[in-house]
Amino acid sequence: MRRYVLARLAWAGPIVLAIVIVTFLIIHVVPGDPIQALVGDFPTPPGYAEQVRKDFGLDQPLATQLWLYLSNLAQGNLGFSFSNRQPVLGLVLDRAKYTLLLMIPALTFAAILGITMALAAAPRAGGLIDSGITALSVTGFSIPIFWLGQILVIAFAIQLPWLPAQGMVSARLSLEGWPWMRDVLWHMVLPVFSITIFYVAMVARVARASVLEALSQDFVLTARAKGLSQRTVLWQHVLPNAMIPVVTVIGYNFGHSLTGAILVETVFAWPGLGNLFITSIGNRDYPVLVGIFLVSAIAVVIANLITDILYAALDPRVRSSYGKNA
Amino acid sequence: MPRFLQRFLAYRAGLAAGAYVALLALVALVTLVLPGVDPHQITDHAMVAPSAAHLLGTDELGRDMLTGILYGTQVSLAVGVSAALGATLLGVLLGAASGFYGGWLDLAVMRIAEMFQVVPSFILAAVIVALSGTGLTQVVLVIMLLAWPQIARITRGEVLRVKQLEFVDAVRCLGKREWEILAAEVVPNAMAPVLAAGTLVVAQAILLEASLSFLGLSSADIVSWGRMLNAGQRFLFNAWWMSVFPGLAIFLTVLAFNLLGDAVGSALNPRTVTR
Repeated sequence: MRRYVLARLAWAGPIVLAIVIVTFLIIHVVPGDPIQALVGDFPTPPGYAEQVRKDFGLDQPLATQLWLYLSNLAQGNLGFSFSNRQPVLGLVLDRAKYTLLLMIPALTFAAILGITMALAAAPRAGGLIDSGITALSVTGFSIPIFWLGQILVIAFAIQLPWLPAQGMVSARLSLEGWPWMRDVLWHMVLPVFSITIFYVAMVARVARASVLEALSQDFVLTARAKGLSQRTVLWQHVLPNAMIPVVTVIGYNFGHSLTGAILVETVFAWPGLGNLFITSIGNRDYPVLVGIFLVSAIAVVIANLITDILYAALDPRVRSSYGKNA
Repeated sequence: MPRFLQRFLAYRAGLAAGAYVALLALVALVTLVLPGVDPHQITDHAMVAPSAAHLLGTDELGRDMLTGILYGTQVSLAVGVSAALGATLLGVLLGAASGFYGGWLDLAVMRIAEMFQVVPSFILAAVIVALSGTGLTQVVLVIMLLAWPQIARITRGEVLRVKQLEFVDAVRCLGKREWEILAAEVVPNAMAPVLAAGTLVVAQAILLEASLSFLGLSSADIVSWGRMLNAGQRFLFNAWWMSVFPGLAIFLTVLAFNLLGDAVGSALNPRTVTR
C-alpha cells in the first residue's frame, strides 16, 4: 500500500507544478500587461503596482519571473485583493468552506440516492426505474445547473413561498446557536437540492452499470445458491462491490462538482467561492480569479489523490498490482 | 440504404434530436439573413408577461423574448460548432501523431492532456476570458483549448488499435511514407468514435458558452441565451419568463446534441444491433 501511495504522490507533484506553470503562462500570454492580472483593475494605493512588479520581477527574464512566481506561491503569496481588503489566499480559503458546506451534503445525498436507485432498478433491467435512470442521466448532463437553480427558486421560493430564495442566513434576524443553525440549514435546502439533482444523474448511471456488472459475477450466483434472499444478496454482496466505481466517479469529478457549486452559488447569493468569483469578475479583481483557479485546481489534485488511495483501500486488486509488500 | 443511415434511423431519440438541430440551423440562417428585425429593439413594454402580442413575454428593456431566443440560436450554434470543429481537428492531429509515433511525443501530449483533464475547466475558461476579453473568438479558442484532450485520447486509442492491423503493414509494403500511412490509412479508419465524441463536444461547448455568458463573461452587444439568463437572474421575483425560456432553449439544444452524439456513436458502432 505504501508503494502505491508513494507512486500516486509522485504523480501529483508534477501535475501541481504543471498547473502553476499554466497559471503563470495565462498571466503572461493574455494580451496586455501581466501586472493587470497580478493587481487587477480595482483601484489600488499609489506605488502598489510598482511593488508587485518588483516582487514578481516583471522586468527580469521569463525564467527568473517563473522562479519568483513559484517562490511567491510557495510562501502562500497569491496577491492582495483590494476590493476585499484581504490577502487572496486567506480570502479564497475562507470562502471555500461555505462552498464545501453545499458540496459535501449534496454529494452525499447524490451518492445515497444514486445507489438506492441503481439497486431498485437492478432486478428489472429495462423496467420503469431503469428507464428513469437513463432519462435522468441524459437530462442531468444537458441541464444548465444555474438554470435548474433558478427554476427551483421560481417554484419553491416565489410561486410557493416555502423556502428562502437567497443568502445563507435571514438578513433581518440576529440569531445564535441552534436557531441560527436551523436558519442556515433552511437556506441550504434549495442550493443543495440543485447540486444533488445534477449529480444524482452521474452517480446513478455509474452505479447502475456497476450493480449490473456485480450481479453477473459468480459470487452472486453462489450467494443465491446458498438460499439468501434478494435483499441480502443486493445489500450485502452486490452493494460493497458496486460502491468502488461510485467512490471513484465522485472523487474524480470533484472539479466538476466544484464548478457546479460555484454556478449554483451565484443563483442563490451563497457566500462561497462562486459568489466571490462573480463579484471579482464585476470588480475586475483578477488576482482573486487566478487565486480561485489555483486553489481549486490543487484541491482537485488532492481529491484525485484521496480517491486513488480510497480506491486501493476498497479494492485489494489495485494494491496487489504494486507488489506483495505494498 | 447505407448501414450507418439504417442504424441511425432506427435510433428514434437521435432522429428527433437531428430534426431539432436541423430546425435550429434553419432558425440561425433565417435570422442571419432576415432584414428589418432588431433583437436589441427597446420598447415601452418592459417585463410584459407572455401574451398574444409577446408569446414569451418581454425583458426589462421591453425587448421581445422570442425574438431574442431565435437570434440567440446564432451564437450558440456558431460557438458550439466552431469550437467542436477546432477541438476535434486539434485533438485528432495531436492524438493521431501521439498514438502513431509514440515515444516522447506520446508522453508529452498525454501528460498535457491529463493536466487539462484534471483542472476545473470551467474556472480556467472563465479566468482566461475575464483576462483576455469577452469576444466570441476568445470564447471559441478557450473552449477548443479545454476540449481537445478528450478527442486526442480517443483518437490515440483508436490509432493504437488500427496501426496494428494487417492492412497497415500491407500499405507499408507498397512503399508509402509513414505520415502518408497515418493520414490516408490509419486516421480515416480511426474516425468513428471521434465523430461521436466531436458531436458531444458541441453540447459541452454550448453549455460552457452559456455558463460564461451567465456570469457576464460575454459581450453585451451580442444576443445569447446565457446573457438572457444573466438578466433573468436579476428579475427572478418579477419576471419568471426571463429565466424559464432562455434556459429551456439551452437545455433542449444541449440535450439534442447529446442525443445526436449518442445516436452517431451507436450508428457507427458495428456491434450495435439494428432494432
